[in-house]
Amino acid sequence: MRIEITGLVCRYGTTPAISGVDLTIADGEFVALLGPSGSGKTTLLRAMAGLEIPEAGGLAFDGADALALPPNRRGVGFVFQHYALFKHMTVADNIAFGLSIRPRARRPDQAAIAAKVDELLELVQLPGLGRRYPQQLSGGQRQRVALARALAIEPQLLLLDEPFGALDTQVRTELRLWLKDLHRRLGVTSVFVTHDQEEAMELADRIVVMRAGRIEQIGTPAEVYAAPASPFVYGFLGQANQIGCTIAAGVARAGAVVLADGLDLPDGPATAWFRPYQIDVAPDGPALDGDLIDLSAIGARVKGTLSHEGRLVTLELSDRTSLVVGPCRWRPREVRIYPAA
Amino acid sequence: MTRRVLPGLPGTLGLTLFYLTAMVLLPLAALVIRATGIGFGGFAAQIGSPRVLAAFRASFGIAFLAAWVDTLLGLLVAWVLVRYRFPGRRLLDALVDLPIALPTAVAGIALTELYAETGWFGAPLAALGIHVAFTPLGIGVALAFVGLPFVVRAVEPVLADLDRDVEEAAATLGASSWQIFRRVILPPLWPALLTGFTLAFGRGIGEYGSVIFIAGNMPGISEIVPLLIVVKLEQYDTVGACVLGSLMLLASFAIMLTINALQSWSQRRLGN
Repeated sequence: MRIEITGLVCRYGTTPAISGVDLTIADGEFVALLGPSGSGKTTLLRAMAGLEIPEAGGLAFDGADALALPPNRRGVGFVFQHYALFKHMTVADNIAFGLSIRPRARRPDQAAIAAKVDELLELVQLPGLGRRYPQQLSGGQRQRVALARALAIEPQLLLLDEPFGALDTQVRTELRLWLKDLHRRLGVTSVFVTHDQEEAMELADRIVVMRAGRIEQIGTPAEVYAAPASPFVYGFLGQANQIGCTIAAGVARAGAVVLADGLDLPDGPATAWFRPYQIDVAPDGPALDGDLIDLSAIGARVKGTLSHEGRLVTLELSDRTSLVVGPCRWRPREVRIYPAA
Repeated sequence: MTRRVLPGLPGTLGLTLFYLTAMVLLPLAALVIRATGIGFGGFAAQIGSPRVLAAFRASFGIAFLAAWVDTLLGLLVAWVLVRYRFPGRRLLDALVDLPIALPTAVAGIALTELYAETGWFGAPLAALGIHVAFTPLGIGVALAFVGLPFVVRAVEPVLADLDRDVEEAAATLGASSWQIFRRVILPPLWPALLTGFTLAFGRGIGEYGSVIFIAGNMPGISEIVPLLIVVKLEQYDTVGACVLGSLMLLASFAIMLTINALQSWSQRRLGN
C-alpha cells in the first residue's frame, strides 16, 4: 500500500511532537524512522495507525484519505515495543483476536481461524506453542507472537514501534535478520521506528532521519551514510569527529591542508566532519599537528585519541606500526564540510 | 536453606492457629454450642417461623443485590479515579473511604433524613411514587452505601496496572470500544471485581447500624436478621438469638467459601 503524508502536525498539549512532515512510502517498501528520543518518530508512526490524532495535515492510503478512519477501521498492523499481548489469552487466542472479533458476516469459521493461527505460528517459528500463555514465553518469542497477531488481519501496512527495543542484544540481532527475511517474503509495506542507526541501516530500504519533529533527511542507507545532509545526521549515524576550517573560493583548508575543493559553499569559517577511520597518520605532504594521547588495541584494530587545537579526535586504524603516543602529524580524508552555523 | 525474616513454620503457624482459635473459633463455637442446646426440634421451630425466614430473605437477598450495584458503580468510580486527572480527584479519592470510617449509625441517620418523604431525595422520589425510607429499597440504599469502598479499593490497583498499549493493540486489530472493554479490559478485572463483590456482600449481610434507621424494621418486610437477633436478646431469648446467629454463620461461611472457590478458578483461568 502506498502511503502519502503531507504537512502532518501533532501536538501534546502545547508541545509540538511533529511539526510539518511530508513523506511518501512506496508499496512494499521497508522504511525506518530513525532519530533520538523526542524526535517525533513514534508519534508519526502512531498517527499512521490512528492512535494519535494530528492537528493538521493529510494522510492517504493508496490515495484514499485515512485520517477520517478510527484505528479499528484502518486495517493497519501495529507491533508495540513492550509486546502488548493479552495476558489472559493463550498465544493462539491472541493471534486469533483480530479475526474472532469481526462481525459474523466477515468472520471466518472456527476451523479457518484455527488453520490461520497454525499457519502464522509456523511463520513466526513458534509451532505448537499456541496453548501457552504469554507469561510462559521469552521476550523474543512474545514479540514474534505480537507480530503474528498483527499479521493475522492481513494488514496492507505494518507498523513496528521499536520492536526490538526491549530485547537483549543477541536476540535482537537474530530477530532483525529474521524480520528482514520475513519482509522479503511477505512484501507488506512496513515502517519501523528505531533509535539504533545500525538497525536502521541493516533492515531498511529507506531511512527517514528525524529531529525535533521534522524530517532531516530521507534516503537509502548508503546515501544517508555517504552524504549526510547535516552535521546532525552525520553525528547520529555513527562516531564522528569535527575540526574547524576555512572556505575560500570553494576550497576548504585547515592550516596548509586542503580538506576539500570544488565546494558550492560561501566563503568563511566552516566545520569539517569525518569518521574515526578516515584518518591518515604521518602522511606524505601537508599535514596537521596533533598530540596522540591514548592508544588501545582492540583485536586487529587500534583505537586512539589525539588532541588537535583543543579538540579531541578519535581515530581507528587497522595498522599500528607507525603509532606512538606523543606529538604526531595527521590528516583527515573524505571529509564532509558544513558551513558554520 | 534460605534464611527467613519470620520464625519458621512451627512458630508462625502455631501463633496463627492460637490467635484464630482464641479470637474467632472459640466465640463462634460457644455460639453454636449454646444454640444446639435446644435440640433439633427447637432449632427447626426457630427456622420455620415466617418472621425468621423473611428476615433471612431480606438480609441475604438485599445484600446480594446491593453488592451487585456496588460492583457496577465501584468499577465506574475506580475507572474515573484511575483513568482521569481532574481537579478534586484526591478529594474524591478520600471520600470513597468515608463509609468505612463513618460510624454506621451516622450514615443511617443521614440516609434516613435524605430519603424520608420530606427529605431532599425522598420528596421528589415520593412524588414519582417511589418510597425508599422504611422499605426494603431503603435497606438496599444503606447497604450499597457501606459496601461501595470495598469494590473501589479492590478494583483500583488492578485497573491502574493494566497497560494502555494493550487497548491500543486491540483497537488496531479492529476491536470496537465495547469489544475492547468486554474482551481486553474486563477479563483481567474479574478476580478483583469478585473480591470487591464478596467484601461488599459480606459487609452487607452483617450490617446493622446504618440499616435499622432507614429500614423501618417492619417484621416480615423490612426486618433484617441482625436486628431480629437484637430483638430476641432484648426479650431475654438468648438461645433464639444464638440459633439465628449460628444459622447466619453457616450461611455466610457457605457463601464466602463458594465465592472464594469461584475466585481461585477465575484466577487460574487468567494463567497466573
